[in-house]
Amino acid sequence: MTAVQKRIIINKLALAFSTLSAIIALAFLFWILGVLVMKGVHALNWNIFIYEGSPPGYAESGLKHALVGQLILVGLATFIGVPLGILAGTYLSEYGKNSKLAHTIRDISDIMMSAPSIVIGAFVYAVVVMPMGHFSAWAGAIALAIIMIPVILRTTDDMLQLVPGTLREAAFALGAPKYKVIIDIVYRGAKAGILTGVLLGIARVGGETAPLLFTSFNDNFFTTDLNEAMPSLTVTMFNYAISPYDDWQQLGWAAAFILSMFILGLNIMGRLILLMGKRK
Amino acid sequence: MIDKIFLNMTRTSALLILFIVAWIFVVLFNHSTEAMQTFGLDFITKDEWAPNLDKFGAYAAIFGSVASTFLAMLLAIPIAIGVAIFLSEIAHDKIKGFFGVSVELLAAIPSVIYGMWGLFFFVPILRDLFGGMGIGLLAAGIVLAIMILPFMAAVTRDAMNTTPDILKESAYALGGTQWDVIKDVIIPYAKAGIIGSLILALGRAIGETMAVTFVMGNVHHTPNSIMDPTTSIPVTLANEFTEADSSLYFSSLFGLALTLLIMSFVVIAVAKFYFLRKVRKGQ
Repeated sequence: MTAVQKRIIINKLALAFSTLSAIIALAFLFWILGVLVMKGVHALNWNIFIYEGSPPGYAESGLKHALVGQLILVGLATFIGVPLGILAGTYLSEYGKNSKLAHTIRDISDIMMSAPSIVIGAFVYAVVVMPMGHFSAWAGAIALAIIMIPVILRTTDDMLQLVPGTLREAAFALGAPKYKVIIDIVYRGAKAGILTGVLLGIARVGGETAPLLFTSFNDNFFTTDLNEAMPSLTVTMFNYAISPYDDWQQLGWAAAFILSMFILGLNIMGRLILLMGKRK
Repeated sequence: MIDKIFLNMTRTSALLILFIVAWIFVVLFNHSTEAMQTFGLDFITKDEWAPNLDKFGAYAAIFGSVASTFLAMLLAIPIAIGVAIFLSEIAHDKIKGFFGVSVELLAAIPSVIYGMWGLFFFVPILRDLFGGMGIGLLAAGIVLAIMILPFMAAVTRDAMNTTPDILKESAYALGGTQWDVIKDVIIPYAKAGIIGSLILALGRAIGETMAVTFVMGNVHHTPNSIMDPTTSIPVTLANEFTEADSSLYFSSLFGLALTLLIMSFVVIAVAKFYFLRKVRKGQ
């Protein structure tokens, strides 16, 4: 065998391996997606949206408590996390720029983005749940907000930097004070980008289970009291899935399907907004 | 006047991040001092975890975290690199787009669902193949590997795509095969980026809770084989945090949380600042 032939054979083998790994990866991914869709759609029915949790064996059991709880938790987290994230991102892009402090904050926030979310849960347990003496929706929302802030900070920072400096200078030349320039010119220019960041931030925390396990805990009944333990789709899913009852497991899959669709929708919406913003 | 207020508002929010991170470390450290004073180094070297005797050695959990992550990396790295090569060098644009959407889909799936899939669909297969319970280190490693695969493949592909076309074309002009170009041009060029991406994926895997909680077993025992049920730091925290009944128990759990935070901080910092910073500067 000549050297060239050998190289050609090795080339074919390597490319075949690479194609094979793509097929293996796709197969697993479709397996998981398939399971999620089949099980989820099978378990879906109107009762899920009408009834709250009940002991296993009752036909009239649903996920209303967890759906509403999930919306409250994520809504509260958005309410806390979004303003803080946007303001912090504004500081980095408009005031801090290339200063050492700004770079340190960017770096730390980047690390926080990948930090284990269960540790955040432990932290919030120590500073919110322990002093209060009980689990609460507030604690869960704070844990989610802490996870959300770095995501929004990062995208806000990036998106504001995309606004051309000449726009700012033009506004300054007209005598506008800096805060007015930021709010009326920079924010307006980066509107689509900031909105995308917010949606991605919500999507990021929407699927979190670990930080809620010992902050908002769980509850099998409908509640809107923010000072009480609050059910969420993710923790409910977890509890139902590890339970030995078939109908609870079914509800778990329904919850998994609904939540995935919700998060997927947020992700797609975020990208669409960004695309439309670019096209203009 | 308003200018100053606005500046201060933004600056306070930005500083809040640093404050929260520092606060997390301080709180975890304070709460874990009792365990550290009681056990000293034994906390991380002994694997006897007996809440009824007030004895807490976290070795099994730390070992489980490291071993399951290692196993996941071992399985995921070759496949992720294969997928990345496929996407950047072999696939048609249409397949690329399709694959991109699939990766997006998977990123949208909460990790707890990977765990459910693992428990109900994958563990039974392992049980049939290898006997035993099916739950354990191997199951955890595989579920973790599948979970980080899309992220890993996507970032590795991005790193490979930074190779300038002109370099690749020069190598083809010299008569290189596709594989020659990949191994002698693209991989050396994108090395720092690829390694950084892989370590970043490792950092995510080590702190992952929900995907492995279902399939690891939560047994405080250093495994003898990869089929043995064991535990990891996040799994222990998820299962036992709400059950802790003594202050020493609590303190030990906070000690675990601190250990995990330090581990992931170091890993992510190395990836970001040693490898990925070089890439960013190089561009």
